[in-house]
Amino acid sequence: MIKLTLPLSHDAIVNLEAGDQVLLSGTIYTARDAAHKRLIGLLNEGKELPFDLVDQIIYYVGPTPNKPGEIFGSGGPTTSGRMDAYAPTLLDLGLKGMIGKGLRQQSVIDSIQKNEALYFGAIGGAGAYIKSCITSCEIIAFEDLGPEAIRKLEVKDFPLTVVIDSKGNDLYKLGKEKYLRGRTNG
Amino acid sequence: MREISEKEIIEVVKTMCIDANRQLPKDVTLAIDRAYQCEDSDLGKETLGILKENASLAYETLTPICQDTGMVCAFVEIGQDVHVQGSLEGAINEGVRLGYQEGYLRKSVVNDPLFDRKNTTDNTPAIITYDIVEGDQLKIIIAPKGFGSENMCQTKMLKPSDGVQGVKDFVLKVVEDAGPNPCPPIVIGVGIGGSFDRVALLSKKAMLREIGTHHEDERYAALEDELLTMVNDLGIGPAGYGGKTTALSLNIETYPTHIAGMPVAVSICCHVARHKEVIL
Repeated sequence: MIKLTLPLSHDAIVNLEAGDQVLLSGTIYTARDAAHKRLIGLLNEGKELPFDLVDQIIYYVGPTPNKPGEIFGSGGPTTSGRMDAYAPTLLDLGLKGMIGKGLRQQSVIDSIQKNEALYFGAIGGAGAYIKSCITSCEIIAFEDLGPEAIRKLEVKDFPLTVVIDSKGNDLYKLGKEKYLRGRTNG
Repeated sequence: MREISEKEIIEVVKTMCIDANRQLPKDVTLAIDRAYQCEDSDLGKETLGILKENASLAYETLTPICQDTGMVCAFVEIGQDVHVQGSLEGAINEGVRLGYQEGYLRKSVVNDPLFDRKNTTDNTPAIITYDIVEGDQLKIIIAPKGFGSENMCQTKMLKPSDGVQGVKDFVLKVVEDAGPNPCPPIVIGVGIGGSFDRVALLSKKAMLREIGTHHEDERYAALEDELLTMVNDLGIGPAGYGGKTTALSLNIETYPTHIAGMPVAVSICCHVARHKEVIL
């Protein structure tokens, strides 16, 4: 388990490999379908984004409403593939990482490699567990989108796995191959 | 004619929506425990461990197991000797509305699928399937379905000549196409027969059937076991990181079909295979 504190240095990023397990701490931003559409809309209109993307990490999540007295609701990752159309544009603007679950298309993998960024996998469906890693939450944009509003989160020891590393290696491909190879040999 | 009030239905639907989202069914919990014991990939075992802890935390802290608290699928069996005072559909939707509000569940339903896509803000309407049966009871199953896995379901109209091999090939293709997206380990329901629309419903009912139960025809029961082994030999594993446990179960439901056809549908549910049932 590798402990990582945000923002990530260039060295930290390039040293991580697909399959590495990390505990992430620091500030991240949430955005999923509708928020991405609006971010790209703002860029197309030449307007400023609600937060500076440079060296930041976006978590693809739409949490449940938090109960009174709680900071955050249930909040596991959503399927990343729906953000594939938007991700390369954000990576070109300096985004350094995405947290989600599920396959990314080749154009996103290429963009991750080109921009020396990372794609982390969080455990899908582990919303109650992940809730316990979130120490603060503030809605900073698009409040009308409800669960899809952009939130600034402070996380502590958020358990993640590097799925696509800065060299473009993809754990979804490699992990399966490694497991099947082990079975044939074993 | 037995009378059942709207109020009674609203109350049970509300409670089932809340409980289903916080409490993993016993058969699913046991299946994850078994998978945890058997998993031989390190990342896979770690993932299953987190899922076990997640389920306990959800139960103890009254937090939804998953943030996608789903669109509510309601399966209703109405005894022909039951009369509901008021609107049955209205009562189910009112139960959903109250449950999603009072249970702090996420509202994930949009009013129009293509143009407006405006959130209805109360998670209604539910998708209700009615069956009329003999007797004077009313059975309601509430199954909140997340769309990470729903998006991975597929239907295909096979030719009769495609035979058993055709069914196997299609099931494996659907699971392989889905890969890590539906949050494996998954629960699979396969429908075979009926018509284009009926086969999808069969697959969903198969998906909701208790883990460990088998089709009553031993040929289909054997196919359930064989297909589950084949799926788990794909190596996708928990979270898609590689491993033995791609699926926790695979159930088949069948129906007679036309001489010219062999519809097949594959429903996939994530490991958060939620459902609650009540008989009034």
